[in-house]
Amino acid sequence: MPTSRADIAILGAGPAGLAAAVAAHRAGARVTLLDGAARVGGQYWRHRDGDNGAGHHLWSTLHRLRETPLDFRPGHAIWHVERTDDGFTIHTAAGEVLSRTVIVATGAYDRQLPFPGWTLPGVFTAGGAQALLKGHGVVVGERVVVTGTGPFLLPVAAGLAEAGARVLGVFEAGSPLGFARHPAAVARNLGKLTEGAAYLKTLRRHRVPFRPRRTVVAAHGDDRVRAVTVATLDDTWRVVAEQRIECDAVAVGYGFTPQLEIPLQLGCDTHLDVDGSLVATADDRQRASVPGVYLAGEVCGVGGAQLSLVEGELAGRHAAGAALDKRLVRRRTTLRAFAVAMHRTYPVRPGWQSWLADDTLVCRCEEVPVREIQRSIVDFGATEPRTVKLLARPGMGLCQGRVCGYATACLVASAGTRSVTAGDLLGLSARPIAAPITLGALAEQQVEEA
Amino acid sequence: MSFSFAGKEIVFGAGQSVGAALIAAGYRSWRTTRHDGAPRGVFCGIGVCFDCLVVVNGRPNQRACLTEARDGDEIEPQEGTGHAHLAC
Amino acid sequence: MDVLVIGAGMVGAACAYYCAAAGLRVGVVERGAVASGTTSGGEGNILVSDKEPGAELDLALLSVRLWASLGERFGADRFELQAKGGVVVARTAAAATGLADLAARQRACGVDAVDVSSAELASLEPNLTRDVVGGAHYPQDMQVQPMLAAAELLRQARSLGATVHTGTSVIGFTRGGVRTSAGEMSARWVVNAAGTWGGEIAALAGAPVPILPRRGFVLVTEPLPTVMRHKVYSADYVANVASDDAGLETSVVVEGTSAGTVLIGASRERVGFDRHVSLPVLRRLAAEAVALFPFLAEVNLLRGYLGFRPYCPDHLPVIGQDPRVPGLVHACGHEGAGIGLSAATGHLIAQTLTGATPDLDLAPFRPDRFAREVVG
Repeated sequence: MPTSRADIAILGAGPAGLAAAVAAHRAGARVTLLDGAARVGGQYWRHRDGDNGAGHHLWSTLHRLRETPLDFRPGHAIWHVERTDDGFTIHTAAGEVLSRTVIVATGAYDRQLPFPGWTLPGVFTAGGAQALLKGHGVVVGERVVVTGTGPFLLPVAAGLAEAGARVLGVFEAGSPLGFARHPAAVARNLGKLTEGAAYLKTLRRHRVPFRPRRTVVAAHGDDRVRAVTVATLDDTWRVVAEQRIECDAVAVGYGFTPQLEIPLQLGCDTHLDVDGSLVATADDRQRASVPGVYLAGEVCGVGGAQLSLVEGELAGRHAAGAALDKRLVRRRTTLRAFAVAMHRTYPVRPGWQSWLADDTLVCRCEEVPVREIQRSIVDFGATEPRTVKLLARPGMGLCQGRVCGYATACLVASAGTRSVTAGDLLGLSARPIAAPITLGALAEQQVEEA
Repeated sequence: MSFSFAGKEIVFGAGQSVGAALIAAGYRSWRTTRHDGAPRGVFCGIGVCFDCLVVVNGRPNQRACLTEARDGDEIEPQEGTGHAHLAC
Repeated sequence: MDVLVIGAGMVGAACAYYCAAAGLRVGVVERGAVASGTTSGGEGNILVSDKEPGAELDLALLSVRLWASLGERFGADRFELQAKGGVVVARTAAAATGLADLAARQRACGVDAVDVSSAELASLEPNLTRDVVGGAHYPQDMQVQPMLAAAELLRQARSLGATVHTGTSVIGFTRGGVRTSAGEMSARWVVNAAGTWGGEIAALAGAPVPILPRRGFVLVTEPLPTVMRHKVYSADYVANVASDDAGLETSVVVEGTSAGTVLIGASRERVGFDRHVSLPVLRRLAAEAVALFPFLAEVNLLRGYLGFRPYCPDHLPVIGQDPRVPGLVHACGHEGAGIGLSAATGHLIAQTLTGATPDLDLAPFRPDRFAREVVG
């Protein structure tokens, strides 16, 4: 297995990582950009070969960044990053990379709330429906229900509608009129509003209803989803009315949560962000709390592609020793304010727990129902998610708590009549092995000494 | 280009994942869970959830959403752990 | 309160249960959560096979019988107690000779130890490598899920009137009990079941006990069907446990679990409380496991975890009343055998505190047995 060296290794080739790589390269650093996928772009710029950019945003930016000659290593899923005396050793499925500095830009993924029937085939995450469409040209169904909370539901629904699916509705659990409570942030980011308005126009053109204060609270079917129960919610998200809709696919998402495996392996500080997700803590130079580690993009706070591009550029410049760019810093401040306003407009409200039945699965991998989690709390006196994980096994399966971690933490905190803390989420987030590696591959690993 | 799945030929386009091709061909599930024997297919679509596991050329526990389809591949549904042949 | 137990890990839970069952009024204080210390970093070993004849083996023989009773009383499935037996594998002639000699000496002490040939090994464990010289089979060895076991014993103790206070630290000792972060608690006896932190508690009480951490890692595979029928380990495991080496010692231990994952240990290092993942250790454990069970080469690693075994210089725990401080009792320092030895420890402590004659002579486990220089 080859070992290579770089000044700066950038982990993740989405908007943040790509922007960081280009900025660091331009500042004269020897850069290696790593991603598990076959192409740059991450989740935001998922595309197919030959894609003309229609239906994508900031496409010209992607093109401009892609033109820069970079040492890009596709197919390099990272399972562990180790601190050494000289910097870092990045262990991937395809060899090791040694570098003095790392920029972590590993992005985020859909946050989920369980509901009865959510494990039925045909229920996809909003990001999954989007990835299948943009990255593979596949539409998830003919009668699709889009649901959850957050601005991301709009582009997902619009994309599906444009691709010919019948989108039966966008059922948004929150009431985004709350956006009006943040006029200053909104005014400075009018471009974002036009983006949202454009999606709504597309939905109107395809006669896709947008319904706030509604969401899917149950999915029904045998070997796949055949219908859902859409509920009207009160402002704590408890059900006040229900309606059954026949469908063959659901795309659901409740915000995003960062991929924190690598910052946690390195011992970086984290904190609970405004949206309730655990994020890695970055300072104004995009530095993590561990020397030599930089953070950019969703990994240090979910805030959209434009913020990721700005943070990536800042991280790349600083990691390479270039001077502070005040204009970029101001842009970051503006975009962060907008992200905060968005988070406050689309909170997750605790009433979702009332949608659950005793046999609703919380952990999909280990098939752990609500009743088992409650048993460890009530019978065994567990007061923390980590204890619940060790007793009832949510988070012990192949996904290691990525999907059920947030919900498990909410259930445990709520049983203790308290709010979720960073510690709760941390107890379900640490992963010394960030991607699958066989025991044979681990045993055979030889790492060149520096 | 095509791969075989449970005895059928599944046609796919260049760059498509096994999962995407199976969904396009009308499948929604291709494995059963090890406790309840429940059907699962793609959920998160980006390699995070490990629901879409399938057997690719004899190797189990491959995420269909991340595995690029190749002409001539033999894809099989996965039962439970995917390692039943090791049981003793 | 009659008994205040410090520590809600496996040993503390056993002490609480057996004392409550003996009619004593019991309280438990735990600074973290139930079983949040070394108990959650263990594998759940209940072994007689890995112990040389002596006090620890006697303790283990008693404990194995008590674990079986606990399983019958509460239902073995409650805590995934499996009487699966252990198989020890020798891969060199020297190891085989050493193993046969150990097994003979163990049999003389009442251990059920059966010498097995390499052909018999293959039928005991079909997935084992054929590159073996011989081995031994120990039907008495068992396995349990340590978190569930500790939680269940505490639940039983609570149903017998015990109170459990998690998130509560002991910050000092008083004439009649302890001072905690939630106020004073008085008790006739205070039991130090603080595991790897038992030395700190003992120091607070003015009765030092030299307990130090010995770090161990465990690898966890993706779920598998039943691929191993017993706990299987290499014959050099016993020498490893008894070693005083500060450097990395590894000796492979592999077993399946009810959940389907396979656990792979065992490493021993004296690195204080260093919680950083050590890739060289993980690599070594992976390599040794694959050497024993070649099919593991294609099996994915799911996660790894670590724990700090509490050890005393002579590799024996401290159990019993401390003559230096009236009312102070110790039940800690079980070094990698805490899960297995907890039942006997709890039972013996309960006997001691109710004035019954303990089923085992506790002299070898005296808290004040260490020479002054050792304690420091």
